[in-house]
This record gives sequence, C-alpha cells and structure tokens, in this order.
Amino acid sequence: MQEITEVWAIIRGLLDSQKLAVLSTQDHIQPYSNLVAFAATPDLKYLLFATTRATRKYANLLANSRVSILIDNRTNQAADFAEAAAVTVLGQAEEMQGTEPDQLLPVYLERHPYLRDFVTSPTCALFRVNVERYIVVTRFQDVREIFPGP
Amino acid sequence: MNFILPLDAVSPQHRKVVGGKGYSLAVLKRKGFQVPRTWCITTAAYQHFVSATGLKPRLLMELNRKKFKDLRWEELWDCAFRIRSLFASADIPEDLAASVISALAAELPERCVVRSSAPGEDSRKTSFAGLHASFVNVVGLQSILEHLKLVWASLWSDGALLYRREMRLNVDRSSMAVLVQEMVPGEKSGVAFGQNPQDASQAVIEAVYGLNQGLVDGTVEPDRWLLDRDSGKIISYRAVEKDKVVLPSASGVHFASLSTGDAHTAPLSEAEVARVFDLLCTSEALFGAPQDMEWTFSGGQLSVLQSRPITTLRQAAKGDQRPWYLSLSRSFGNLKALRQKVEDELIPAMQTEGNQLAAVDLTVLAVQELKAELVRRARIYRHWKDVYWSDFIPLAHGIRLFGIFYNDALKPQDPYEFMDLLGTGSMLSVDRNRRLAAMAALIRDNPGLLEEVRGNRVTDPAFQQMMDQFQGEFGDLFCGASSCPQGPGALADLLEEMAKHPLRLESVASRDMKALTKRFISHFTGEKQAEAEDVLDLARASYRFRDDDNLHLGRIQAQLVKAAEELRHRGPAGTKVLRRLPPDVQEMQADFEETSTPINPEGWQAAVGRLKARQIVGQPAGPGLARGPARVILSPSDLFHFKTGEILVCDAVDPNMTFVVPLAAAIVERRGGMLIHGSIIAREYGIPCVTGVPNAATLIHTGDTITVDGYLGIVTVG
Repeated sequence: MQEITEVWAIIRGLLDSQKLAVLSTQDHIQPYSNLVAFAATPDLKYLLFATTRATRKYANLLANSRVSILIDNRTNQAADFAEAAAVTVLGQAEEMQGTEPDQLLPVYLERHPYLRDFVTSPTCALFRVNVERYIVVTRFQDVREIFPGP
Repeated sequence: MNFILPLDAVSPQHRKVVGGKGYSLAVLKRKGFQVPRTWCITTAAYQHFVSATGLKPRLLMELNRKKFKDLRWEELWDCAFRIRSLFASADIPEDLAASVISALAAELPERCVVRSSAPGEDSRKTSFAGLHASFVNVVGLQSILEHLKLVWASLWSDGALLYRREMRLNVDRSSMAVLVQEMVPGEKSGVAFGQNPQDASQAVIEAVYGLNQGLVDGTVEPDRWLLDRDSGKIISYRAVEKDKVVLPSASGVHFASLSTGDAHTAPLSEAEVARVFDLLCTSEALFGAPQDMEWTFSGGQLSVLQSRPITTLRQAAKGDQRPWYLSLSRSFGNLKALRQKVEDELIPAMQTEGNQLAAVDLTVLAVQELKAELVRRARIYRHWKDVYWSDFIPLAHGIRLFGIFYNDALKPQDPYEFMDLLGTGSMLSVDRNRRLAAMAALIRDNPGLLEEVRGNRVTDPAFQQMMDQFQGEFGDLFCGASSCPQGPGALADLLEEMAKHPLRLESVASRDMKALTKRFISHFTGEKQAEAEDVLDLARASYRFRDDDNLHLGRIQAQLVKAAEELRHRGPAGTKVLRRLPPDVQEMQADFEETSTPINPEGWQAAVGRLKARQIVGQPAGPGLARGPARVILSPSDLFHFKTGEILVCDAVDPNMTFVVPLAAAIVERRGGMLIHGSIIAREYGIPCVTGVPNAATLIHTGDTITVDGYLGIVTVG
C-alpha cells in the first residue's frame, strides 16, 4: 500500500530539512528536554547527536538510556495546524565506542560541518540512538507509527 | 480601503476588489444600460471579516482535516456545511457593519438581492456559474448583513470545493466581493447566452413568468428561443407546460400557480426577444466575449441583473462526476415532487416486486426456466438499482436542505444539532432490529429454543410464526449482498449473542421529539412557520427513505442471489448456465456471486518496516466516546462473529448489515458524510460514530483495541 511509502517520505523530509531536535531524557523521576543538533544515518536506523559530559542530559543518559526525540517543521503560524508535520522518535541512546565514530562521525559532520571542533573535543560524547519507532503526526491529529526493520 | 462602493464609483482600478459581476454591471451602467441600484461590498470587507473573527485559521483546519483526494463529495458537502455554520455564527466586526450600514441606510431599497461577485469571474477561464450563493428579496439592513455572511461562506461551497483546482481556491489568497442590489419585481425574467454551447452559430434565450429564481435552480422550466447569432432571427421556439411562477414573499420567494392565460402564452413577445438579443450583442461587444446574462422586464423596462462570460463548467470531461454531484443540490419544490414519486409510486412498486419474486417457488423450475428467471431477476434488480441512483439518492438532499434551514435560523453551536429532529424510530432497519430483540428476549427466557432454531425444528408455533414473518419481510439476514451459505446456524448464533444481555434500545425513544419539534417551530412565525414545518417533514421522509430504500433493494437483490444459488445446486447443468448468461447479466455477476476479493489487511507491509496507524482522523458522525475491540467486516460472514461491546469497523455500512448495531459499542466507517448509513443508524441508537476514516478496514484489525471519539471524529488504535 501507498501509505507506508508516504509516511517514510514525511520522515525523511523532516530528518533532511531540520537541523535541531528536542531531545527528552529522564533520570528516574524527572523528564528533561533540550535542543540538540542531530543527523540521521541514510538508512534511518540511527539518529546521532553529541553532548559534553558535564551536561544534565549526559547524566540522565547514563542513568537511563531510553530517549524520545521530537523533530518538526512548524513555522509558528496558524497554518501549522494544517501543514506542519512532526515525528517523535523512540529508542535507546548509546555512547559510541571503539571505531564506531570512524563510520558515523562523517555522517554527523556532513550535516553540521561547523561543529567539528565541538564534537572532536575530548570532553564531548557522541551518541547513537537506535530507532525503535517513528511516530508521525500530520494535519494536527493524524498519527502513524513505523517500526523500522524487516 | 473601502469596504463598500456604489456602482457609480467603480472604476477599472476596482476590478479585482468588486469581483467580475460587480465590474461588468458598472461598465454596463456607464454605457447606459438599465441596471438596478447596486452597491459593491469589496473583497477588503471579506478579508477584514475572516481576519478579525479568526475564521482564517479555522478555515485552514477545516479544509486540511484530511487529504483532499480522500474526501468524497458527501464529505466536501459536510465540510462546506460546517464552514457555512462558522461564517453564519461569527459576528461582523463593528467597523465593517457600520460602514456597510452607513452606505446603505440613506437610500436603502425596500427589497434587495444579495449576490456573489467572485474576483476573476470576469475571465472566461474561471467563470463558474452556480457555485456561489445569491439571495433574492432580502428585507432590511440586519437581514442584508446576515446574508452577506452566507454569500461570503459560499466562496467555500461544496461546488466551489469540487472545482477548487480550476478556481485556484486558497485560504490566504481567495476572496469574495458581494453585490447588494435593489430587487426588481419583474413580471417576466430569464437568462440568455450569447452563444449556444451546442451550436456556436446560435444564441439562446430562456424566459419564465415572475422572478427567475425557479429557472436558475431548475425548478421552473423556461420557454426557450434559439436565435441566429448573426441576424438575430428566431430559429426555433419551444414552449413548455407552464403551471407555476416564483414571486416575492414578505421575505424570500415562494411558488404560486400561474394564471390560465399566462400558462398558455409565451412570457416574451417577439419584440421582447429581440430586445434581450440586442442586450446580448451589445454586452458581448463591450466585454469581447459571448455573455451569460440574467435580465428581467418590469413595467416594460428591461433591466440587466448580471452579465458574465459563458461558463465552462457544464462541458465536463468524460467520467467527470462533478456535474452530477452538483445536480444533487435541489430546491424544496423539486424535492417535494420527488418525495411524492418515491413515496407513492416507487417504494410500493418495489415492495410489490419483492413480494412477487419471493412468492416464486424456484425449486420446481427446470434448469432452462431457472435461467430465464435469473435473467428476469437480474434485469428487475438492474432497473431498481438505476432508480436508486436517479431518485433515491437525490431525495436524501432533503436532509441537507433542512440542515441549512435549521442552522440559518437557530445558529446552533453544534452544526449537526438538526439531526436530532430527524430519527423518529420508524426506519425499517430499526423495526427489523426490534423484532430480532424480541426473539432474543424469548430465547433468554427459554434457552432451549436456541437449539431448536439451530436444528431448524422450532416446536413453539408462536416463535415459529415470528421467525416466518421476519423471514418474509426481511429475508435471510445473511443473504443480502452475496451467496447464503450459512443456514439457520448463523441466525441462531446472532440470537444467542443478542440473548446474553438486555439489548440497547434505539435512542430515539429517549428523545422527546415533540418538545424538540415545538422548540424548532417556535423560532418562526407566519408563513415562515409553515415553511419550517414543510422542510422538517420533507427531511424526516428523506431520512427514513435513505435507509429503507436500501433494504427494499437488498430484498430484490436477495431474490436474485437465490436464483443463482438454486442454479448452483443443480450441478454441472446449472453452473454451465451461470457461465453463459447474456452479456448484460454477466456484467452484474458481482451482484449475485461471492466475487469480492477480500481486502488483505497485511497489504501495507513493506520491506523497510511495519506501519501502524495510531490515530486516524475522520469526521464526527455520532457524538460519544467508546473503547473496545474492533470487529472489522471484510466479508458478510464476519458479521456472524460479532460480539456484544465490539466496535463495528467497515469499509461501507449497508442497512442490510446493521442488525448487529444493537450489539455494537461504536461504528467506524471508511466512507464519509452525514448521510451515510453508518451515521444514520448510529444516531438512531445513540452510539459514537466516526466516518470518513481513510483505509479504516485495512489499518484497523479485528481484535485491536480502539477508541472512537465521536465528538472530534478521531479513532485511536491501541
């Protein structure tokens, strides 16, 4: 059916057009949201972001690796209710280990070349989010979910 | 920016803000044509209204609720209806109202016409006659302001939405100018086309006695002249049987009988035809294209009411259904006549036909005789199916007509409040369900009966009689649309489920219909009160027939299915006959054979992932909230498994399957619109209903827990 292709196109459109996402983490009781610069791998299986290790979000991620990430294309106009789309990404964030950055860092820097100094700093941690579910909202209330993978 | 301009003040720079009709009339007036006193309310007024009232974002939300390609015509109509209600209940900003009132007050005509004048309509490409509203005989400033809002709303009429692409409709850019015109109480009026769409060498003039409202909406047939475009010579004249005339009432218009003298006389003399033709020629020379004009004669004086380029609308491409949809919006007079035909002729004839077919004993017929009987039944069924489209479906518009009438007068918060006045519990499907409930109640008291039903050996003569009567009137419940392989077991299963709990009664019984009706009628006085009663009466009939006619048709279809079944039972000889039916009957095979391909609910799976609908937006069609397991009906046999408290999910609900509704917690349907059967039966039982849910039967699976929000029109899965 046509619909899954359309939903994938909306997801790809959002991931390609937006540079910032709202990342939500949680220690054990308190949810916490902030903006992060993100990039998606071409197969849309992973989202990548970076944070320094002194941040609240880093502490939260150590305590609880489950994350929710919101990406949308709203323009702060009334038309948003009809035209804006948003995707909520649910998954697990893991700090990249070993040679992983060799493969994933170029993907991230292609998107955010101006962040090279930031991400290569020894105090900065690179995270990979394994996407378990995309929840796509269009037209204010139409909600579709995609579970990536076979 | 000026909100209102007298016609004399309109100059070429105003062309866009006064719209096509306004500008044409200004040009004609300057050239000395007789034009009624007219004021143009500019597009700036529309823009100010939709901005100041916050209607713009609401329009955006309403129009983008679903993808346009997923909207059926019925849903477009509902969408336009809700927009009309939004406009009608919004207040015109004070500065705008004051400016209109001060311009009109000094020389306000006693009676006015409030007309649409869409910008761009003066170009040949975008002229679409009949998509926007005009109101005749509007009396008083307050009423002019009320009608002004309705004309603005018609920028988003169902017709306009159908042609949104051609008209380039856009919430941010589209606008509407309105003309307030002195009403000319013409003795004879009509329309004229500078060029006949069927023959470019001819012009056409159509005329009626009285006002031309009846002609424009198709209720009064006009006399017609064809003229040679070059010489103006009359080529032909066609007189019609004339019996009624549209005249102004205290406000609005009404039909009256035509005097015997007028009934046999052409409304125009040859000299008058020549004057109208002159008008066409001069106007065409002025605007550089053949015109579509409305005119009227009053006291011998010929006035131009409007002039615009000939519409391109009627020349629809092959397969373009839109002109047919537009034809469904009919006037009260038209529908009243249709109701009489349906009630007095068609339904009784259909019932008789059904009874006669049911009385034929198919088992005694030889194979060839059976074949002849099948062919006969197929043709009878085809006939009634045609009638269904040509007469029954248009009659349903009576409900819409009432909705508009009700909302204009009462301006309710809920635009569908009027539906509460329609169900009177007299629908056939509700009667059928009541009888099933009565049988189920007997089984509840005497469970042994169930096994007797199952074994087809009922011993209680009273119960047997109930069953026989039921079968006689409604046929086999499970034979509606396809073959009937289930036997008595299916009915027993249904009764068993129904007997488990006391059944829900139709909610109509709990509504105080008399009080509701009285409250509605009390909003009107004098002749308007009689009109209100008539419109309500028509709507109730339309509502009832909308459901009943499907059951009558279903009964005839069941008889066709029976003949095919009987042939199948006759072994190879029978099946051979079924393979060699006449071509016109073969075409209908799907209507009497189980050929429907079941929808594959897993069809959306793709290699890259799994899609799940979490929340689907449709249209609110029955208020309420329900949560429960879904029962998706992909084929008629799914109905047998229906359990109390389940939610009926279906591609298209047919009245022949609504016997499970007393068990259902809610209804979800792919088709949308307030007049679809799912919505009607849900209101009858007071259960939540959401219609117009795209891909409902594929995105939702039997057993999924779903929540049906009938207030907002949302279905949440999981």
